[in-house]
Amino acid sequence: MATTADTFQAHDDAGHAHHDHDHKPGFFARWFMSTNHKDIGTLYLIFAIFAGLIGGAFSGFMRLELAQPGIQHLGTIAKLFGEPNATFDQSLHLWNVLITAHGLIMVFFMVMPAIIGGFGNWFVPIMIGAPDMAFPRMNNISFWLTVAGFISLLTSAFVPGGAGNGAGIGWTAYAPLSTQDKIGNPATDFAIFSLHLAGAASIMGAINFITTILNMRAPGMTLHKMPLFVWSVLVTAFLLLLALPVLAAAITMLLTDRNFGTTFFDPAGGGDPVLYQHLFWFFGHPEVYIMILPAFGIISQIVSTFSKKPVFGYLGMAYAMVAIGVVGFIVWAHHMYTAGLSVDTKMYFTAATMVIAVPTGIKIFSWIATMWGGSIEFKSPMVWALGFIFLFTVGGVTGVVLANGGVDDVLHDTYYVVGHFHYVLSLGAVTGLFAGFYYWFPKMSGRMHSEFLSHLHFWVFFVGVNTIFFPMHFLGLQGMPRRYPDYTPAYAYWNEIASIGYLILLASMVIWFINIIYAFTMGKKAADNYWGEGANTLEWTLSSPPPFHQFETLPVIDDKAHH
Amino acid sequence: MAFATLLPADPKARTAVLAFGGALAMLGLGFASVPLYRIFCQVTGFGGTTMRASVAEAATIKTATRTISVRFDANIDRDLPWRFAPEQVTQEMRIGERKQAFYRSENLSGKAVKGVASFNVSPAQMGKYFKKIDCFCFQEQTLQAGQKVDMPVIYYVDPAMLDDPDTKDIEQITLSYTFHMAADQN
Repeated sequence: MATTADTFQAHDDAGHAHHDHDHKPGFFARWFMSTNHKDIGTLYLIFAIFAGLIGGAFSGFMRLELAQPGIQHLGTIAKLFGEPNATFDQSLHLWNVLITAHGLIMVFFMVMPAIIGGFGNWFVPIMIGAPDMAFPRMNNISFWLTVAGFISLLTSAFVPGGAGNGAGIGWTAYAPLSTQDKIGNPATDFAIFSLHLAGAASIMGAINFITTILNMRAPGMTLHKMPLFVWSVLVTAFLLLLALPVLAAAITMLLTDRNFGTTFFDPAGGGDPVLYQHLFWFFGHPEVYIMILPAFGIISQIVSTFSKKPVFGYLGMAYAMVAIGVVGFIVWAHHMYTAGLSVDTKMYFTAATMVIAVPTGIKIFSWIATMWGGSIEFKSPMVWALGFIFLFTVGGVTGVVLANGGVDDVLHDTYYVVGHFHYVLSLGAVTGLFAGFYYWFPKMSGRMHSEFLSHLHFWVFFVGVNTIFFPMHFLGLQGMPRRYPDYTPAYAYWNEIASIGYLILLASMVIWFINIIYAFTMGKKAADNYWGEGANTLEWTLSSPPPFHQFETLPVIDDKAHH
Repeated sequence: MAFATLLPADPKARTAVLAFGGALAMLGLGFASVPLYRIFCQVTGFGGTTMRASVAEAATIKTATRTISVRFDANIDRDLPWRFAPEQVTQEMRIGERKQAFYRSENLSGKAVKGVASFNVSPAQMGKYFKKIDCFCFQEQTLQAGQKVDMPVIYYVDPAMLDDPDTKDIEQITLSYTFHMAADQN
């Protein structure tokens, strides 16, 4: 295992002439040619934070412009994108660029790298008692391909994209919007290609996780004894493996339509633009579960740890995730209710979509049942986990509303939809990310964060995100369409409140960074198992931070060990 | 077990090869969806895709007593320098009865232009009962500079619609065409 790391190790031995058991390669080899799952996990987390700052800044530009009716600030923002004398049309185009980049960055370069690349790489091998991932070098390629994809996307913002610089095609890249303006529009090609790179990276990552989990579990660690976080990553890896190639096919056809004269999605040559929507959402719906399932896994670990009880209904929890993954592949057209589906088709997709509420409900109720009668400690990860359960449930409820084909005819492409998917992603997946961050940060860094700042971070974050996104439900019900920089003054009130919410959220991010700085400068050294009694997965048997290579002698899991 | 012998013996390599194969299969399916989707629509009338019928087939259809009305709709790609409009707003006929309708096309430009029409009917569930015997939309159409043409469509509505609970109450069908600039202009 980890043969490449062993080579570095041997080299490092010779260079430094010390024979410590836990030696690390030099800086460049360690961080740029890394094959160590923990280092790659760290790289993913740093990358995700960086990308999240950019994606978050873009949403700040959007809330600034939407704070009042009319077009106020787009021309000023255009200066940042190298258009000092932006025309009105260029400013409007910039809006499309912002919403496109915000979506793509947050999905492909923030949530996925953090939750799968970051926490997945860090803790899946440790939790199953493996020394590293199955293919350490492929792991390295995955990370750097993700970076290359991000650079491709950022590049697109500074090259011509039709009316102005950047790709304004929405994160869905629907044809014919994404296939028009073929000439002198490299921005759209760059943006589409960035998805190819990020997609290839994720497919390789998925193969790596599947191989690791199926083949490298420690003796005694049966599939039905794996921690639920490992289960969640296993299901996610299968979703990635089966969904991303379909996106790859669809966007490859977009590129050939744009550059090589094919007409896959152009009726003038016998194609059909609606086919693109089917292909995109065949990928896109599993994609939303790809973002949330690992968060489910993290929450299960945390709720169990701080209730000091094993998870209620372990098998039900594991197979609920499998069920969500399977059913997630057959509900895609609920994103397309207004694309001209027959009543029967809508009926099927409405029913199938609502079925997903059943396994999701199993998860929510099992978390509550885990807490029931437990000896609950409200440490920071637990508070974030409770926040997750509440916010995700709100998003789930509006999801059941939107699942109705008839109701969606009214709410389609309104702010109600924006409110819904931010409750499950921005508030759900991201709250899960922060829960995992506070749960594992001392394990990864060896330093304790401030519990006070973590709680403060949570409460400011909680108030901020709800202030931003809850009013969007009202705006949507009143008919405010999404994806426009301007609106009638009737919508001004709740928009201003949402923009104030952004400032609160921004303040919570400052608290988070102060907390990280605190941990690295003044934080106490973390013990092996700093959460104590309830934390009983394998990462807590290791030092904080764990040794560069762990489990050189494989741990043995006995029959009585609980999950 | 000929298949198993093709796989590597190392369990990790075996899992990875199988997983990679799964990803490749999905990639292939993504591209295969283009012809599969077309065939699916043609066979099931999905999305209001109309059907084609031969003259012989049309001759066997028994006309029902109930009538139905067809409304004609015309749209045009903004890149196509044509005028394109139906010559009748609606036609009323007995269900199963064969009808002919005309669309008037005119090339407003100074050179020959080739156009191609896409089409469907609404409500979408009528697609499988709307049978075209002949239609200008079956082929690409070339209009010379300034040329005006009456383009026919010969069709009937299949009386089988009366046995389908999803369609039996429908009283009007909209037949819609959109003329596009053909991708291949030679």
